[in-house]
Parts: sequence; structure tokens; C-alpha cells
Amino acid sequence: MSSTASRIIETMERPPAPARQWTGQRIAGHVFMGFWVLAALGLATFLAGAWDSELFARYAPNYVSGLIVTIQLVLISILLGALLSAPIAYARTSRNKFLAWPAYAYVYFFRGTPLLAQTFLIYYGLGSFRPQLEALGLWTFFREAWYCAVLAFTLNTAAYQAEILRGAVQSVPRGQWEGAASLGLHRFQTLQKIILPQALIVALRPYGNEIILMIKGSAIVAIITVYDLMGETRRAYSRTFDFQTYIWAAVIYLAIVETLRNIIDWIERRITRHLKR
Amino acid sequence: METTLKLLGFGAEGWGDEIASGVLVTVSLALATLPLGLAVGFLIALAKQSQERSLRLAANIYTTIFRGLPELLTLFLVFYGVQLGVQRLVALFNPGATIEINAFVAGMVALGVVFSSYASEVFLSAFRAIPRGQYEGGYAIGLSTWQTMRLVVLPQLVRIALPGLSNLWLILLKDTALVSVIGLSDIIRQSGIAARVTKEAFLFFGVACLLYLVLAIISSIAFGFIERWAGRTEPAR
Repeated sequence: MSSTASRIIETMERPPAPARQWTGQRIAGHVFMGFWVLAALGLATFLAGAWDSELFARYAPNYVSGLIVTIQLVLISILLGALLSAPIAYARTSRNKFLAWPAYAYVYFFRGTPLLAQTFLIYYGLGSFRPQLEALGLWTFFREAWYCAVLAFTLNTAAYQAEILRGAVQSVPRGQWEGAASLGLHRFQTLQKIILPQALIVALRPYGNEIILMIKGSAIVAIITVYDLMGETRRAYSRTFDFQTYIWAAVIYLAIVETLRNIIDWIERRITRHLKR
Repeated sequence: METTLKLLGFGAEGWGDEIASGVLVTVSLALATLPLGLAVGFLIALAKQSQERSLRLAANIYTTIFRGLPELLTLFLVFYGVQLGVQRLVALFNPGATIEINAFVAGMVALGVVFSSYASEVFLSAFRAIPRGQYEGGYAIGLSTWQTMRLVVLPQLVRIALPGLSNLWLILLKDTALVSVIGLSDIIRQSGIAARVTKEAFLFFGVACLLYLVLAIISSIAFGFIERWAGRTEPAR
């Protein structure tokens, strides 16, 4: 069979693939990529040229402690914010006007104003009420920049997380509630066993983005003298006037954010396995 | 109450005029950044959906970097880094000359790159929502690539991307608060000065927050109009 075919038709080489043309896009892509490669090389030579082991030995521990402060700040405020967000989200969806309106105002205020302004309002602004706070015994709390930062970040992220939670719970179809009710499940049981597992799939990506936003946003606490990663960076720069201090901070922030993003992607792929076809 | 009004009033004793100039700086910075960010973001989105691999990769690197860095750090990198770079460049030709980078321009560039990297994602998902047939229809009636883009794709793109872009605008408006750190007299800086002089920190930072809220409310009203304008040609469903 094959011998007949090969007798009639000579074996032929496959024609070579046509050469890819230099389209405008391809040129633009190579120029753009070349720019990144040059930038990376420039950065590498700059860092290699500016390498100073004494500087490194002196400031690396500061960067580590700054990083720990950043992570602590984000972790504490995300967790406290999550606790606070549940009642806010509940109030926001409530039919009772006296619950819904204050919750709406809270969310609107904290989402509509810059985190920096909120932090200043709490750290500097509450200083105006020092006698009253002293009388209440709260002054030791509001005197510390760290506590003020945690408070401001918690209140801020609670507003965002409340919206995420509300959106996720409302994305679950009504039929799920009705089905659970017809099975005789209690409202709380329904929420816990039927609604939340479905809502959390929807909420995962916004939650992940919120954590990333908090990590990036946490850099502003450096302005109110909390020595987080950014604060340590500014301190190192103000002492050495060496620009590589900022570049190292950029590298660390980028590494954290990219790692987190990949972890979130992985979790999302993992928990939506049953939805893939 | 009277002293509060006096402090917020215009004129020599009140801080109203100073804070109003701060509002002007904030709004003009945000408005100046918007076209820059939109244009760059659109180009990056085009690059991301190109068939050329190197272009896609380069555009993705851009987004990864500027979405991953804290805005404040980007601002410092631009403000100090560009200053250092330009100074070195100038020193090659004219040693001894010093160059100062304008804080407004630095803020515009830093906020612009951040805005554009987010905007490119919004544009990209809007591009993906437009069916292939729209392009093919455009080509079939003899429109060029550019005409298809301008007359067929863009009107639909704007409509799809508007909600995402309005979100980004509100984020941009809030991010302008950061430029107070590099010495630009925006709302935060002016109210900070007022707070330090008058020792009425809560009042002035509260006013600053309210001003941002007012700006956000005005923006959402404006976006309502724009959305109605963009949706006027939308077929009824």
C-alpha cells in the first residue's frame, strides 16, 4: 500500500515555513522589549556599581524589621477589618433604614476619601481632643502612630471588605436561600452551609486584590513616622542619599505582590475545579 | 462655631482661600493625569492583545511593575530617580548645572503610569467583550483597520469600559493626596499647614475628607451624564 503510494508520488520535503515579516507590531514589540532589557541591564549595573557591603550590613536588618512591621500592619488590619465588615455588610443589606443608612454612609465615607486623609484625621485630628481622650484613658492609644495606623487601616479595609462580602452574598441566586428554607434549614445554617461556600468563590479575587491594595497602601504609614518597609527606606535614603535604597524597596514590594498574586491564582484554580468543563 | 466659620472663611484670617487653591491643585493634577493615563493605557491594551509575542510580553512587564509597586514608592522613584538621572545626563554636557524636576510633572507621570497600567486591564477586558464579527463586518464593508477601530470598535469599547474607568478615576482622585508628600500644595498639604498653625487638626483634616467626598460625588454625577451620552446609541434590549 505505502509502497504503491511511494512509487507513484515521490517523497517530498515539507516546504519551509514562510519567513515571519517585520511588521510594525513586531518592530514595536522588539523596541519595547529592548527598552526593558536595557533598563534591566542599566539597573543591574547601577546596583552592582553602587554595591557597598558596609551599607548592606548596616541597613539590611532595618529592611527586615520594616518588612515585618508592614506584614504585621496588613495582617492585623485585614483580620480586624474582616471581623468588622460582617456586621457592616449585614446592616447595609438590612431593610431597617436606621441600620442601612449609617452603614451606607460609613462605606461611602471610607471608600470616597483617601487613606492618607483618614490616617491624618485619626493621628493628627484626634489630637485636638486630647483632654477628652485623656479623661477616658484612651490617650495612650491615640498617642502612638502605630495604633492610629492600625485603627485607620482597619476602618478603611472594613468598608471595602463589607462591600466585597455584600456583593458576593448577593451574587448567590435567591433560589439557593429558598431551597435551603424548604429543606428546613435555619437562616444561619443556610448562610454557613449553602451561601458562604458559594459566595467565597466569588469573593476570593476581590479579597486578594484588597490584600494587595493594603500592602501597597501601607506604604503611607511612613509619613506618620511608623517605620515600616517604606519608612525604613526613607530613613536609609535620608542618611545615605543613595538611590539604591529605593530600588531595593521596589524589588521587595514587587516580589511580595507578585508572590501573593500567584498564590491567589493558584487557590482560585484549585477551588473552581468543579466548575471547569 | 463662630471661630470655626472664621477659620474656614476666606481672607487674611481664614484658611478658606488656601484650601480652595489646594482643591484647584488636586483637581488640575487629576485632570492633567487623566488623558495621559488613558492614552498610554489604551496603547498598552492594544499591545497586550497583539499577535506579536514580544509586544505582549513587554506590555505585561509594564503592567506587572506599575501595578505591583506602592503608589507612594512610584512617586518617589519618579521624583528622585528622574531628578538624579537628568542631573547625571546634564552633568555630561554642562557640569555644575542643577535641574529641579517640577513636583507637578513628577506627580503627573507617577500617577499616570499607575493609572495606565490599571486602565490597560480595563480596556483589554472591554476589547475581549467585543465580538470578532464586529471587526470582520467593518472590513467587509471596506473600512480600513483604523476606520474600523474608530467607527465600529471604539464607540462600543467606550461604553463597555466606562464603569471600570470611572472607578479608576475615583482611585486617581484619591491617589493625588500622595503628592502632598513631595511638596505639592494640594488639599492635604494646605489643610495640614492650616492644622499646624491653628492647632485645629480635626477640623481641617475633616474638611479635607469632606472635600474629597464632594469631588467624588461630583464625579459620579458627571459619569452618570457621560454614561447616558455613551449609551445613547445602544440598541434597546
